Amino acid sequence: MDDALIPEGAKRCAFPIFMIGIIIVGAVLLWGVYAMFLCWFKGLNQTNMNDYYGFALWIWADLAVIAVGGGAFFTGLLKYIFKVDDLKNIINFAVIIGFICYSSALLILAIDIGQPLRGWFIFWHANVHSMLTEVAFCLSCYFAVLTIEFIPNILENRQVNKVPFFHHLAHNMHGVMAVFAATGAFLSFFHQGSLGGVAGVMFGRPFAYREGLLIWPWTFFLFTWSAAAFGPCFTLLVTKITEMITGKKLVGDKTVNLLAKISGWMITTYIIAKIIDTIYWAFVTAPSMGFKLGHFYSNNGFYGYWILITEVILCGVVPGLLLINKSTRENPATRTIAIILGVIGVCLNRWVMVLQIMAVPVLSFDTWALYIPSWQEVATTILPVAYGIILIAVAYRYLPVFPQELELNESADTAAQN
Amino acid sequence: MIENKKVHKFGMVIDLDKCTGCGACMVSCMSENNVPFKEDESNKKDSITWMRVYKLTNGKSFPETEIVYLPRPCQHCGGIGDHGHSPCVSVCPATATDYGYDTGIVSQIYTRCFGCRYCMGACPYHARYFNWWDPKWPEGMEKYLSPNVSPRMRGVVEKCSFCYHRYQLAREQAIVEDREIEEMEYQTACTTACPAGAIVFGDLNNPAHKVHQIVKPDPHPDPMNHKVVGKSRNPKVFRLLERLGTNPKVYYMSEREWVRKAGDNYLKGEWENVKTHHGASSSHG
Ligand code: SF4
Ligand code: SF4
Repeated sequence: MDDALIPEGAKRCAFPIFMIGIIIVGAVLLWGVYAMFLCWFKGLNQTNMNDYYGFALWIWADLAVIAVGGGAFFTGLLKYIFKVDDLKNIINFAVIIGFICYSSALLILAIDIGQPLRGWFIFWHANVHSMLTEVAFCLSCYFAVLTIEFIPNILENRQVNKVPFFHHLAHNMHGVMAVFAATGAFLSFFHQGSLGGVAGVMFGRPFAYREGLLIWPWTFFLFTWSAAAFGPCFTLLVTKITEMITGKKLVGDKTVNLLAKISGWMITTYIIAKIIDTIYWAFVTAPSMGFKLGHFYSNNGFYGYWILITEVILCGVVPGLLLINKSTRENPATRTIAIILGVIGVCLNRWVMVLQIMAVPVLSFDTWALYIPSWQEVATTILPVAYGIILIAVAYRYLPVFPQELELNESADTAAQN
Repeated sequence: MIENKKVHKFGMVIDLDKCTGCGACMVSCMSENNVPFKEDESNKKDSITWMRVYKLTNGKSFPETEIVYLPRPCQHCGGIGDHGHSPCVSVCPATATDYGYDTGIVSQIYTRCFGCRYCMGACPYHARYFNWWDPKWPEGMEKYLSPNVSPRMRGVVEKCSFCYHRYQLAREQAIVEDREIEEMEYQTACTTACPAGAIVFGDLNNPAHKVHQIVKPDPHPDPMNHKVVGKSRNPKVFRLLERLGTNPKVYYMSEREWVRKAGDNYLKGEWENVKTHHGASSSHG
C-alpha cells in the first residue's frame, strides 16, 4: 500500500501489521497525552510532588533521556570531527535517537513547569548565574542542530528525493554536516555539563554539592563525560532492539564493536573519575558540612548503599571492563549485558542526582521525604517512550536509516526468494 | 533622601526559650500575606506555611524530656560569604527571586516565576512553597484580603518576604518626611503577633536596634569557615545550618545546649570544638 515510500530494495512488513503496531503504541501515547493535558489544565496538583519533593519521576526521565541522547553528539563528534569513518553506518540512527531524546526532554520540561505559558521567561529574564539558564539556552540550540542533522535523512526518502531541489539540499547538507556536528558537540558539552552543575552548585544540599573548577562543580564535567560514555551504549541498545523487532541485522559488527570499544574506554575513564569524586565528597566535602556518608544512605526505606554500589560497580565498572576487553566485547551476549548495565547505570546516576537530593534531610531535625509518583506522572514519563517508538518505526520504514541494511540482509533475502 | 543611601540588613532573632509553640506567628503571617489554604490541610507537605513551627525534642525519656518549638520563616540567606548569592537566588533561571543589597531581603517576583521549582530544591530550609492549586477563598473571605499584598496564582513559588510591603509603607513615609525609618515602624506580622515576645526584628546593621544588640554580628568571616559571615558573638545565639555558608539573617537564641546543637549537623566530637570556639569568639564582642 505504501510501497512507493519504502526505500528501494528494502523489505518491510505488510502495511496492516505496521499499522496495528502503531495503533497499540499510539494508545499508550494518547494515555500520556491525556495525563499531560490534565497537568496543564488542572495543574501540577495532578502529581504526587510536594514542597519537599519538588522534582519528580519525569524530571529524572528528563535528565536520563538527555544523558542517553548523548550518543548523538558523541557519535557525531567522532564521525565528522575525528573522522572515524566506520560510524557512518550508525550515525543516522544516532541522530534520530538524539532527536527523540531531546524533543522528549523539551516536552517534559513544558509539562513540568508550573506556568508553561511563561516558559520563555527563562530566555527573557535570564539569570546568568543559574545553571538552568545555560541548560535552557544550550538545549534549545542543540535541538535545532539535531533537527538540521535529521533533515537530510528525511529528504532521502524515496519520493522526496525525486524532487531535484530536495535531492541537492540533502547532498549539500551532508557536505556541511561537520560544522553542525562541531556546533552540536560544543553545545552538548555545555548543556550536559550544566545539567550536572544544576545539582552540584546547590551548596545548601550537601548530598548534591561538589567543589570544582571556577564556577563549575565536578558534577559539570562528570555529566558531560558520562553522557559521552553511556550515550553510545543507548544507541547500541536501541539498535539491538530494532534488530530484534525487525528480525534483521541493521548495523555491521565492525561498527558495533568499534562504538562499543570507544564507549567502554569512555565508561572506564569516567568511572575512575566518578570514584575519585565520590571518595573526595565522602571524606572531604560532606564532613566539612557536618555529614558522614551514612547519613545519605540510611534511615529510610529506599535509598541504601545498594544504590551507590549498583551505580558505580555493577553498572559502571562492570560494563566498562566488559567493553574494553576484546573477547567480551565481541561476544554478542556479554556485549549486550554490558550495554544494558551501562544504560541502567547512567539512568541511576541521574536518579540519584535529581531525586535522592530531595529526599535526604538537611536540617538536623528533619526526616526523609519519600515519594510515590501518581499515574499522571507515570503516564507522562512513558509518553516520550511511546513517541520515540513511533518515530523510530516510521523512520525505519520510510527512510534509508541504515546504509548497511541491504548488504547485510542480501543473502538472507535471496535465500528467502529462492 | 537619607533613606535611599542607607544600607540595611534586616534580620530576626527568635528566642526559643520564650516560644510556646502557640502558632500565632503562623496565623498572623498567613492572614497578613494572603496565603492561600487548601480545603483539606491534612497533608502538610503541600501546604503553604511561610512561617512554620517545628517541634524538637531532646530525645530523652521522661522525666528528662524537653521540647522546644522552632518557628522557621525564610531565613533570607546572604549566600556564601554573604555576597547575595543565596541558595535560591543564585539558581533561579528567570531572576524571579532576587537579593536586595540595600535591605538584605530575598524577594520573590511572582509574576516572573514560571514554576520550575529549582529554588525549592536548593533551599535546605524548605522555606519555599509552590502553589499546587489555584487559591480559593471561601465566599466573603476575599474581603479580608490585604490590599497591599498580591495573591499568587497556581504554578508559582512563594515564600516569606519579611512583610516587605510593610517596609515599603514605612520607607515611603520616611522618604516623604526626609528621615530614616525608625525601628518600630517596620516590624513583621509574626513579630507583632507573638504573645510571648519571642521574636525580635530590626536592622542588623544598626547598633541602636535590638537585633543588633542581641546578635552582635561578627564583622569578620568565621576563621574556621570563611564562607560564614555575620556569626553571632553571643554564645547563646546560633543560626540554622550555619556551616553550609548560607548566612541566614534569622538568628535563634536558647540557653539550652541541645537546642543550639540541633541548629546544625555535627560529626562525632565536632560540637565540642565548635562550642568552645563559639564561646571564645563571643569574648571579644
Ligand atoms: S531560606 Fe530558602 S528561600 Fe529563604 S533565602 Fe534561604 S534559601 Fe532562599
Ligand atoms: S520556581 Fe520560580 S522562583 Fe523558583 S527558580 Fe523557578 S522561576 Fe525561579
